[in-house]
Amino acid sequence: MKPAPFAYAAAGTLDEAVELLGEAGEDAKLLAGGQSLLPLLAFRLARPSHIIDIGAVEDLDSIDEHDDGHLSVGALVRHATLERADLLGPWKALAEAASLIGHLPIRVRGTFGGSLAHADPAGELGVVAAALDAEVVLKSVRGLRTVPVGGFFLAPLTTAADADEVVVEARFPAPGRGFRSVFEEFSPRAGDFAYASVAAGCRMAGDGSAHDVRLALGSVGPTPLRAREAEEALSGSMLDDTAVAEGARLAAAACGPSAGDWHAGGDYRRALVAHLVERALRRLREPA
Amino acid sequence: MSGPWLEPDESAAVSLRVNGTELEVRVPPRRTLADALRDAGFTSVRLGCEHGVCGTCTILLDGAAVRSCLMLAVQGRGHDIETVESLADGDELSTLQQAFDDNDALQCGFCTPGFLMLIEGLMRSEPEADGDRVLEVVSSNLCRCTGAVPVVRAALDALAASRDGR
Repeated sequence: MKPAPFAYAAAGTLDEAVELLGEAGEDAKLLAGGQSLLPLLAFRLARPSHIIDIGAVEDLDSIDEHDDGHLSVGALVRHATLERADLLGPWKALAEAASLIGHLPIRVRGTFGGSLAHADPAGELGVVAAALDAEVVLKSVRGLRTVPVGGFFLAPLTTAADADEVVVEARFPAPGRGFRSVFEEFSPRAGDFAYASVAAGCRMAGDGSAHDVRLALGSVGPTPLRAREAEEALSGSMLDDTAVAEGARLAAAACGPSAGDWHAGGDYRRALVAHLVERALRRLREPA
Repeated sequence: MSGPWLEPDESAAVSLRVNGTELEVRVPPRRTLADALRDAGFTSVRLGCEHGVCGTCTILLDGAAVRSCLMLAVQGRGHDIETVESLADGDELSTLQQAFDDNDALQCGFCTPGFLMLIEGLMRSEPEADGDRVLEVVSSNLCRCTGAVPVVRAALDALAASRDGR
């Protein structure tokens, strides 16, 4: 189908974008890569009155590792760029997750900020942001504010961003020394929405014990979920097979009651989560 | 509202660079790039699902494969667009087109321009792509008659031929 009519303006700068968004009112939508918005328009599930194209806004497309160790990823970083960026150690889950988003032509256009703002429970990057305790930076004519990712995702396709706010970037706090992360997901075919995904991270101490364990789950609840009980049980362990199995069991139990739908039932998704957590933890315990 | 806004029922002149030629299209905001290209005569751009699943409208945007149904025509401004019309040199098929012919990688041909542009993009960005990578990338597009196997064979042949400088 064809999109319903809307008014259109292209912003050249971030200030212009927030001004246009501010004046356009509640029913306006931002357009970046368009890989989630255009299908919604085609189905007429979204019928915005105004679309503000931020695709050409300058200075939002960089990935920067700062001197204090934190990483910032701009809203207009394309998935294909993130996938090919030299992100290792603590940030590896970001590149791995980006490589699993849709198909290559989708990743060429789709953007980091768009993925966060769209807030699809199957979205890979939100799961990584949850695992790595990212903060989302939002801007409106009222100014800048920062929202921890735990408070950013509210429900499927719903975030804490107000109607006049633009996602500017996400900031990933400096990890502890030796922290590493990985990403695993299962989808029935390459490019399909994942039935379950896991972003995992930890810091391996010299004696082989795991600390600061992070486990975030995707596609098994209304928003990315942290498996806190599993994280606690695993912290301080050697990630031996017994600990891994217990972590996987606890993570599966952390899935929301609404984990299943007609694509894949709840029990099936919980089994996938357990399997993916095991796979992720085994990778984390291997020498870097 | 006025100023920077293009109203819903208003059309704007948009300059597109298609296959190396500048052309101007007049489009309202909601016209997709796929529709605008077809209206401008580039009917190799096929519309299948119109929501980014089938890949049959794939074109090259600044040398990379993208789905033209998932872009508005107004977003094409200032970009280099290539369609399958650019591949052959007169009657002489490109390396990739010849590989499709050699491998019987098409039957009805509806999806073929999309596959050709998808793989053309891969050949440019990843000339060393191996079988697994080709299989993954080819899975981006749907074909309902030939299936993926001859397309994968054609892509591997074309990649090998361009590495050999054939």
